[in-house]
Amino acid sequence: MTDFKLHRTLLAGTVLAAGLVGLPALATAQSGELNLYSSRHYDTDEALYENFTKQTGIKINRIEAGADELIERMISEGANSPADVLITVDAGRLERADEAGLLQQFDSELLEERVPDYLQDSENKWFGFSKRARVIMYACDRVENPPQTYEALADEEWKGRVLSRSSTNIYSQSLTGSILAALGEEATEEWARGLSENFSRDPRGGDTDQIRAVAAGEGDLAISNTYYLGNLLRSDNPEDRAVAEKICVVFPNQDDRGTHVNISGGGIAANAPNPEAAKLFLEYLASDQAQQYFAEGNSEYPVVEGVAAPEWIQKLGEFKEDELSAETFAKNNPKALMLMDRAGWK
Amino acid sequence: MMGRRSPIRAGLLASPVSARIAEARGGLAGSRRARSHGGAPRTLVAVTFIVAALVALPILSVVASVLNPRTEVMAHLVSTVLGDILFNTFAIALVVVLGTGLIGVATAWLVTQCRFPGSGVFAWLLLLPLAIPGYIVGYAYADFLAFAGPLQTGLRETFGWGRGDYWFPDVFNVWGVGTMLALVLYPYVYLLARAAFLAHTATAFEASRALGRGPWYSFLRVALPLARPAIAAGIALALMEALADFGTVQYYGVNTFTTAIYRTWFGLGDKTAAAQLATGLLVFVIAIVAFERHSRGAQRFTAVGRSARPSPAFRLGGIRAALAMAACALPVLLGFVAPVLILLRLHFAGGDPILGGVFWRFASNSFILAGMAAVIVVAVALLLAYTMRLAPGRGLTGLVRFASIGYAVPGTVVAVGVLAPLGAFDNAFDSFMRSTFGVSTGLLLSGTVVAILFAYLVRFLAVAHGALESGFAKISRNMDDAARLLGQRPAGVVARIHAPLLRGSLGTAALIVFVDVLKELPATLIVRPFNFDTLAVRVYQLASDERLAQASTGALAIVAVALIPVILLMRVTARGENGGR
Repeated sequence: MTDFKLHRTLLAGTVLAAGLVGLPALATAQSGELNLYSSRHYDTDEALYENFTKQTGIKINRIEAGADELIERMISEGANSPADVLITVDAGRLERADEAGLLQQFDSELLEERVPDYLQDSENKWFGFSKRARVIMYACDRVENPPQTYEALADEEWKGRVLSRSSTNIYSQSLTGSILAALGEEATEEWARGLSENFSRDPRGGDTDQIRAVAAGEGDLAISNTYYLGNLLRSDNPEDRAVAEKICVVFPNQDDRGTHVNISGGGIAANAPNPEAAKLFLEYLASDQAQQYFAEGNSEYPVVEGVAAPEWIQKLGEFKEDELSAETFAKNNPKALMLMDRAGWK
Repeated sequence: MMGRRSPIRAGLLASPVSARIAEARGGLAGSRRARSHGGAPRTLVAVTFIVAALVALPILSVVASVLNPRTEVMAHLVSTVLGDILFNTFAIALVVVLGTGLIGVATAWLVTQCRFPGSGVFAWLLLLPLAIPGYIVGYAYADFLAFAGPLQTGLRETFGWGRGDYWFPDVFNVWGVGTMLALVLYPYVYLLARAAFLAHTATAFEASRALGRGPWYSFLRVALPLARPAIAAGIALALMEALADFGTVQYYGVNTFTTAIYRTWFGLGDKTAAAQLATGLLVFVIAIVAFERHSRGAQRFTAVGRSARPSPAFRLGGIRAALAMAACALPVLLGFVAPVLILLRLHFAGGDPILGGVFWRFASNSFILAGMAAVIVVAVALLLAYTMRLAPGRGLTGLVRFASIGYAVPGTVVAVGVLAPLGAFDNAFDSFMRSTFGVSTGLLLSGTVVAILFAYLVRFLAVAHGALESGFAKISRNMDDAARLLGQRPAGVVARIHAPLLRGSLGTAALIVFVDVLKELPATLIVRPFNFDTLAVRVYQLASDERLAQASTGALAIVAVALIPVILLMRVTARGENGGR
């Protein structure tokens, strides 16, 4: 846990000025290599990639940054971009990459078979490899009858009790995008307005901050992705686990369309220098073993049927998913954001 | 008003008299200009123009969007969030300008002019907040001061309070963010104001006092006006960095121009409207800086020779000494000690599990990048500042000012502004080589260290340029003229006159760029080569996963590494520019 001691840091810093060595060799696209542009960066990914290299002999070069920035980089690099695979942590960004012409269509029987239809692009430009559900979390000890739908979060009853992150965040946009698909623009804006009026404080921070705030009593309900709770549940830090223990979960809309799920997924770059390796890699991500790693790294749900979710996530229970195509809510994002602006969701 | 220049002590020009002298000097400058354009420096001027234009290119590509028609999205923004954005941006600017100005000037004055217990130690302690990235201070305070944070939780548990039973200051608003930014950015003002006080006030202040003026009068009417260019330069840097901040304002839920740029660009997918917002931000900064320059008018303050002596310090005792100590301790406590303690607490609660193993690799990457960037940025800044001194023309001055505005632009915008022209060049060169020689060169610059260094140049030129420009301003042009008359070529003047006198400024510029690059995030993240991680990148990865405790270890490592240049900085500036003490 804290095997890394501060005095070592200080010592290291002081000595460092003395001995510096050359720059790392710059990686270029060659055969037997795969260039990955990824916005995932979990420590378990190391094992995931190493395993692929062991199986195929293909070396993986990585650049990890926010998906929006990676997309801009690919646009600038143009036809000579070294990127083979783009991985993002939501469908919205994959859709944006596709709209910018950065992804290529590719056919893989294996992926068709293993990844459910609603979690992949209709033209096979991208596929989802793990799922996260956007759920309602509440204080177990203070809330007796938590709202059972996203729509109910906007009810008068919850005035000053709901916590959410900003509308700038893509998960807020994707959720609103999915509601937009279900209810239409007018009703969704009405919902967003009601919800904003129920906020117990101005939106700020990330999902984890909302969960902590519920545990501390700053509000009673939070909208959050499941894995943030998952990461608190399995944290080495006892403070984190104490927070997680106070939180209960509602999977919303179980009696109608189901709970909104987003994906972490990837596709092959339009100008990929190593398209074969790229395809191999994406197929590898759908293998049972990789699915497990991929999901465990961030406490997510695997997309392939039959692969079990991490234990600490299974505890949250089974639920019915909204099978709205990820492509649809992703395309709704800009519209959703404008609607949230008008509704005063900061 | 202070007297004319004292012939024995350093020659200092101020206020109305100086304005007249400056006018006369303007006439002289005319003749110098004619000379320099006729001789060798023509190549120099041309090279300088090209370099400045290259640095200006990424920003220019952003600003060019203003020519595009206003989009629907822009109309949407105007009708929904623009008012909020404008108010918040103004408020942060106001708090940062007043806050950094007040803290920076007051502490610089205290440690240079007064003696009180610890005044020598405070002189360098006050620089410490430079070593800690602003967004990390923001995260640390957010964690500590939140309703769910340890402080409020402790209070509730101790006193049995519930929500709403007690009052607690809310820092999660524009005033909180502004204060936090001021606390980490004041060292820019402190550093430059301190150098100015050391260089000038020794003599002028003494003269004012000898002529019977009280200490307050002498401070307000003599020392402050003399240090004004330096103070203004420091405040401008702090303001630019504050306005470019994204991490802190985003985390605190305060919508400013930067958050609006991100939302518009990425959320609404409208690059044009985003670039128009970025241009609005630039216009805002340029207007403030231009206003200050304009109101300063034609005043020039130069010190002749290295004869300045330290002014006799005021010995403070009793309550005054206590107040002075408090005034110096508070910014250090709030801007450095408290955030570091919060980070330590997080680190011990659940630090980074893998950083121990990869620390050396990440830290040496950080160090190498920062070192190379410092050399390059300072070299370019020196070229620009020197040519501007030699051939002051409106065209070049304007171009250089524009080229150094990158400091006020959010890092991501700079990074993308850098990627675009590099990518265009690489692809154009590649197709030229393909069609002419049948060889593909691929991406020559994109994705290499060159690209990232270029990004740093665009982003941090202002820091180095500001330090060098104020260094040059302190060297009397009479010295240049004398050296030229004695047969030195321009290069000789730089080597024999400027370099020795500028040593402090060059060191300051290099070290500030070094520290800034260590802390820099967005450009490093986006432009870097494959498999190239730095400490800041590691912190980003964990923080963006909302693993704040784990991120604290890397943040502490950045602070530890950044302390080295900060301590060097203290040594470089310890004696003041003109050999003060």
